[in-house]
Amino acid sequence: MISSIKKQSGFIISGSIALVTLAPVLFILVSGFYAESDIWIHLRQYVLPDLLKNTAVLIAGVIFTTAVLGISLAWLTSFHEFRGRRLFEKLLLFPLAIPAYVMAFIYTGLFDFSGPIQTGIRSHFPVLAGYFPEIRSSWGVIMVISLSIFPYVFLMASQGFRSMGKSMVEASQSLGSGRFFTLFRVTIPMAKPWIFGGLILVFMETLADFGAVSVFNYDTFTTGVYKAWYGFFSINAASQLASILVVIVLVIFSAESYFRRKQQFFNKGNHQPMVRNPLSGGGSVLAIGYCSLVFFMAFVIPVGQLVIWAKGVFQIEMSSHYFRLLANTFLLGIMGMGFTMAVAVVLAYSGRTMNDIKTGIAAKLSLAGYALPGTVLAVGIINVVAQLDKVFSDLLNLAGFQVSSGVLNGSLLLLPFCYMVRFLTAGYNPVFSNMTRITASMDEAATLMKVSGLTLLSKIHLPLIRRGIMTGSILVLVEIIKEMPVTLMLRPFGWDTLAVKIFELTSEGEWERAALPAITLVVAGMVPILFLSIVGRKRY
Amino acid sequence: MSLSVDHIHKKHKGNLVVAQDICFTIEKGELGALIGPSGCGKTTLLRMIAGFETPDSGSISINGQEMVSSGRNLSPDRRHTGMVFQDYALFPHLTVMENIRFGPVKSKRSHLDKLIRITGLLGSEKKYPHELSGGQQQRVALARALAPRPALLLMDEPFSNLDVSLRESLSEEVRFILREFDTTGLLVTHNQHEAFAMADRIGVMKDGRLLQWDTAQTLYSHPVSADVAGFVGEGSFIRGHRSASGSVETLIGSFADQGKNENYSAGITLFVRPEDVFLDHKSPFKARLIKSHFRGPGRLHTFELDSKDQFTCLTTCPIPLDLDQEYGISICNRHVSMFDIAR
Repeated sequence: MISSIKKQSGFIISGSIALVTLAPVLFILVSGFYAESDIWIHLRQYVLPDLLKNTAVLIAGVIFTTAVLGISLAWLTSFHEFRGRRLFEKLLLFPLAIPAYVMAFIYTGLFDFSGPIQTGIRSHFPVLAGYFPEIRSSWGVIMVISLSIFPYVFLMASQGFRSMGKSMVEASQSLGSGRFFTLFRVTIPMAKPWIFGGLILVFMETLADFGAVSVFNYDTFTTGVYKAWYGFFSINAASQLASILVVIVLVIFSAESYFRRKQQFFNKGNHQPMVRNPLSGGGSVLAIGYCSLVFFMAFVIPVGQLVIWAKGVFQIEMSSHYFRLLANTFLLGIMGMGFTMAVAVVLAYSGRTMNDIKTGIAAKLSLAGYALPGTVLAVGIINVVAQLDKVFSDLLNLAGFQVSSGVLNGSLLLLPFCYMVRFLTAGYNPVFSNMTRITASMDEAATLMKVSGLTLLSKIHLPLIRRGIMTGSILVLVEIIKEMPVTLMLRPFGWDTLAVKIFELTSEGEWERAALPAITLVVAGMVPILFLSIVGRKRY
Repeated sequence: MSLSVDHIHKKHKGNLVVAQDICFTIEKGELGALIGPSGCGKTTLLRMIAGFETPDSGSISINGQEMVSSGRNLSPDRRHTGMVFQDYALFPHLTVMENIRFGPVKSKRSHLDKLIRITGLLGSEKKYPHELSGGQQQRVALARALAPRPALLLMDEPFSNLDVSLRESLSEEVRFILREFDTTGLLVTHNQHEAFAMADRIGVMKDGRLLQWDTAQTLYSHPVSADVAGFVGEGSFIRGHRSASGSVETLIGSFADQGKNENYSAGITLFVRPEDVFLDHKSPFKARLIKSHFRGPGRLHTFELDSKDQFTCLTTCPIPLDLDQEYGISICNRHVSMFDIAR
């Protein structure tokens, strides 16, 4: 009995994590079978078709744009040598520090009818004024979201390219292939698992985005869920709408795992490191120009605009209220990070000790929360909490205590749990990929040298996964600090964070006042990115 | 003349010389081999011929066409060279057949069919590289390199990832396949037995220099320098001195002077192979036995002279001799080499 529990421990652990993280999703899926209310019928007939179309257009557009940007930049910086190449490798990660909803309100402010660009065109080139494209359109949202998340694809594609080693490219060349033939037949196909990994992140970020599309008044599923709840006060209709999103997420997840299974054998053996090809004068000017253009659009211009806005209102906004927001944000961030990483490490271990299909599926399902849009997760949690609170208050009543309101509802402790569900993937993936380097024979070798248990953990496992834990922690922290919809919908009354404040201010068009909290988010986001780009270079 | 390498020089960063005045040629259909200790520059030389690295000076031509000469350096994809990499570098996302048919120039169906049949890959065309054994992966790498009918096939330690028995059978097979397709080849290896078994001509490299480029037989019997003698096969160095009568006197006999040095006060050293040393109780030259090993067909004895020089002797007689006893020694004169150095 005990030995069978031990044998199954991996599955038991990952299975329970999956169950806990999936509880909100299960509640939402069940809601799909609720009786159709009037609100739902109205939504289905008049709103849903547009939501579907808008969401599809947005995701397709963002995936295409980030793939082009990310792969081309990664290819330039991984295989070529030009002035500033090492600097650009770091600079091009900076846009990750700017949340999409911040990017969105900056570009809306810049390109608006009353913004500096349109005003300038009207006064200097009145002829062109009529042709100015409307920023509040699908191309505008696509551009803004792509600029803020293309570094995911850039980072992953670079990793894929670099893990390849030079002999593959040389083999292709020796068979008579030129540079572009090699790129499309060897380099990109071999980096596919990494590129797809990046694009799946992009897909989920886009599907989950609530802040940026709100600024643009571009209705997608996430805003639909939010409006069903806040507009119609119908948790059922919101859940029903959310259940469609959950189905999309499940489909993507199975597609992704199929793909990864097929390609897991790509990177093995110790390759000789890649040798970069020096670019000639013209080529290097083009490369520098392209990298600079992207960096300017995605970082310099937005940050510059933020600084200009913030300067105007600095005296008024820099108050104790602001420091309160800061403290709230970091308190939640660190609580959430600690909880998420603890779960991530446990989950990664369960997959290691138990390498069978059901454990793998359970681990996969545990991570599904990443693709859950914040609004959907919040609705799911509200469902779960309502049920639990009912049980709790019944129990307490039985014990003789009188309780009127819910215990969990509106509690600060709900948020770290939600962050864990939402960002477990970000913490888990780096830990897991490091974990795969600890082979079974390493454990066996250690056992033969009479090293096991905690010593094995601290002497062998920890040094090998330490970098993964650090990387994961940093990613999770940035994500939580930038997170908006879950915090917005579940925070205790009056407990504002920077992100929530930005949403409130920008929905009223108060861009100048939102600038200071936004700069704070960008600065906070920069710290881990700088750290990551330094640690990222260290090789094991 | 299929491959011609002419006065190639190359320095790495930090002024480490990896190629110094290297010249050799390989005739059409022949297989050459470069051997030498690791770090001697043999792989760099191969990569310069393939075009992955550029020599500082000198020229390389294949089938009379210049690949590298002053100011001109053809890129690897335009050299018509095939290459078998040490780690095979098979494309993991492509099947065996897709690997072999890779490249923009499509080969004739009949050529590919023959290639697949001869390399023993029939039936594995649709498998992925990770589904194959090491030996089969090696065959795929070879078939892929031969598919575009390269003017020259380069092989970088092609058998080093295989176990010994597979290595021997595969090296014979590869030699056969290269003959079958009348392919000129150049092999880099640190294993001289592999080079002996496969190559028509062998180059011994050390510290970026090509010490000797010859057939295996010549390398073995007439090494041009002590470095070559010491690297190829087994043998022992015994110090000697020149006499006024023009002979070389050593503790194991007197020999005609083959040295090139005019000044007979300069040192000279004798080099003898173990199979050229004989036990001879009538001989006036004695040596003390210090080690004796069983060697299948016979025994390998190690003797020491009064000068502390040691040498080995291979006998076909399996009967052990007594250690620490003195025995008479004679040398088969024909195979002795001499070098103008004092060891």
